[in-house]
Amino acid sequence: MPDPFIQVEGLYKVFGARPQSVMDQVRGGKSKDNILAETSHAIGLRNINLSIDKGGIFVIMGLSGSGKSTLIRHFNRLIDPTEGRIVIDGVDVLALTQKDLEKFRRHKMSMVFQQFGLMPHKTVIENIAYGLSIQGVNKKSRVEKARHWLEAVELGGYEDQYPIQLSGGQQQRVGLARALCTDADILLMDEPFSALDPLIRSEMQGQLIRLQEKLQKTIIFITHDLDEALLLGSRIAILKDGELIQEGEPKDIMLNPIDDYVAAFVKNVKRANFSAS
Amino acid sequence: MADSSWLTKFPVMERTDLLAIRKTLDEAYREFSRSYGDPIESFFDPLLRFLVWFEKLLLNSPWWAVIIALTVLVYFASRSWKQCLGVIAALMLIGYFGMWDNTMRTLSIITVCTLLSIFIGIPIGITMARSDKVQAVVTPTLDIMQTMPAFVYLIPVVMLLGIGKVPGVIAVVIYAVPPVIRLTNLGIRLVEKEVVEAATAFGANSWQRLWDVQLPLAMPTIMAGINQTIMMALAMVVIASMIGVKGLGQPVLKSITNQYFTLGLFNGLAIVALAIIFDRVSQAYARRAHRHLERIESA
Ligand SMILES: Nc1ncnc2c1ncn2[C@@H]1O[C@H](COP(=O)(O)OP(=O)(O)O)[C@@H](O)[C@H]1O
Ligand SMILES: [Mg+2]
Repeated sequence: MPDPFIQVEGLYKVFGARPQSVMDQVRGGKSKDNILAETSHAIGLRNINLSIDKGGIFVIMGLSGSGKSTLIRHFNRLIDPTEGRIVIDGVDVLALTQKDLEKFRRHKMSMVFQQFGLMPHKTVIENIAYGLSIQGVNKKSRVEKARHWLEAVELGGYEDQYPIQLSGGQQQRVGLARALCTDADILLMDEPFSALDPLIRSEMQGQLIRLQEKLQKTIIFITHDLDEALLLGSRIAILKDGELIQEGEPKDIMLNPIDDYVAAFVKNVKRANFSAS
Repeated sequence: MADSSWLTKFPVMERTDLLAIRKTLDEAYREFSRSYGDPIESFFDPLLRFLVWFEKLLLNSPWWAVIIALTVLVYFASRSWKQCLGVIAALMLIGYFGMWDNTMRTLSIITVCTLLSIFIGIPIGITMARSDKVQAVVTPTLDIMQTMPAFVYLIPVVMLLGIGKVPGVIAVVIYAVPPVIRLTNLGIRLVEKEVVEAATAFGANSWQRLWDVQLPLAMPTIMAGINQTIMMALAMVVIASMIGVKGLGQPVLKSITNQYFTLGLFNGLAIVALAIIFDRVSQAYARRAHRHLERIESA
């Protein structure tokens, strides 16, 4: 069997002053609350093992505080792990030097943020072209390319507006266009639609599905909403208190929830579908 | 019972010991200024030359040329005719009441002190924002600098460099620089976390992050710091006149010793007028430069 596109092995993240000092207790299985109370270290992730194949949308789901944002920030090393290994397309991400890491971030993956993370002092077109400007692409060709992605997210005509002048949904489309503009293989999306109204959210979901049909990127998508996970995900992983408790195809999760935590998610969906019909 | 006198009287250090400590420290500092005073003074030579040049420029240009130049500057900073008219009126009154030369001297020294504070303060603030350790050291230092009576700064500066413009500028800068440092640090730390993360995620290095994202977004806060620094520099100018800084401070000082109330008041008002001009212009500039960071109210 070939190596998976993205592989995470034995990943731990402990927040606090001296993470190493509590690793024994973390590995020993002591609960997150106890460790926090006794040592004032917070467990972000505990022994995460994951394989993600190329292409498709890999959804990571969990309640607020379960470690989703922490996990996704490990792929591009916005957060460094306390322990573990991450290999992406044959590259050991943790072994990269600062320079190589910057290069890797510029070309290999891009990211979409929950609160959009747009630069308020740059216009829409400058925001979309941001990744290319960091790569050193000259102004003419980066604006040309940015304009293409502006059209792709149906925001033509807004190039010279500032983010503050746009609605939330429009801002997130700028965020999406900015992420697509660098042609990176991997797209990291941290609850990209959670801050949006339900109607706008489903529009955006539709747009993402249409774009993905054409682009066939590898998308890591975070949500706390199982409906969204089922709609978008080719596989779903479920996090609870920093631990990965179940991973599989959407139907596996629906049919065989591994415990009450997962069952609670599933039940909500069933009820929602029931009342809708 | 003589042994328990410390219960009723504070067990104070022997007078001779105290004297010895003071003597040693003062002597050491005097020794330091004797051996390093000259090199340090020549280090500040370019600053002195610039100060003299700038003051001469303001003093020797015809008054109307200065007013025109300042009005043009104010217009470009604020784009407001009202502010320009205010500035013209204030300067005319100052000139009419015979305070033109001193106002020009003060204007020149404040300009130099402000520029110097910015050049020193912003890099320190940036360093502070990037490291919690640096912040832990610099913050209490600034606290001390800001609570220390301003007169105390004058002593070592005068011992080192004597009386004159340069020691005056140094004392003013020491007194006035803390707000720029503090607010640069604060402004950078308050930049929305996801925006900085976004820059990092797209591969920006720390220099690009600073230049492209953190500094522009911190700029309104930094401008507020610069504004406070200017106000503090203006306040310090009166005190610095005690060590030979010419300008509006000297007549104020003279009025205190001779009880000339009106003279003090007029020169005080001229300082206030300068303060208002600096304040309005820098704030208008800050607002105009960062208007797209906030929602436009009328839209
Ligand atoms: N910088 C940090 N310092 C301390 N604890 C943190 C930090 N970031 C996250 N955590 C903790 O890690 C856990 C997971 O957080 P996060 O990944 O943001 O969860 P989610 O995105 O699933 O809501 C939470 O308990 C949070 O308190
Ligand atoms: Mg989160």
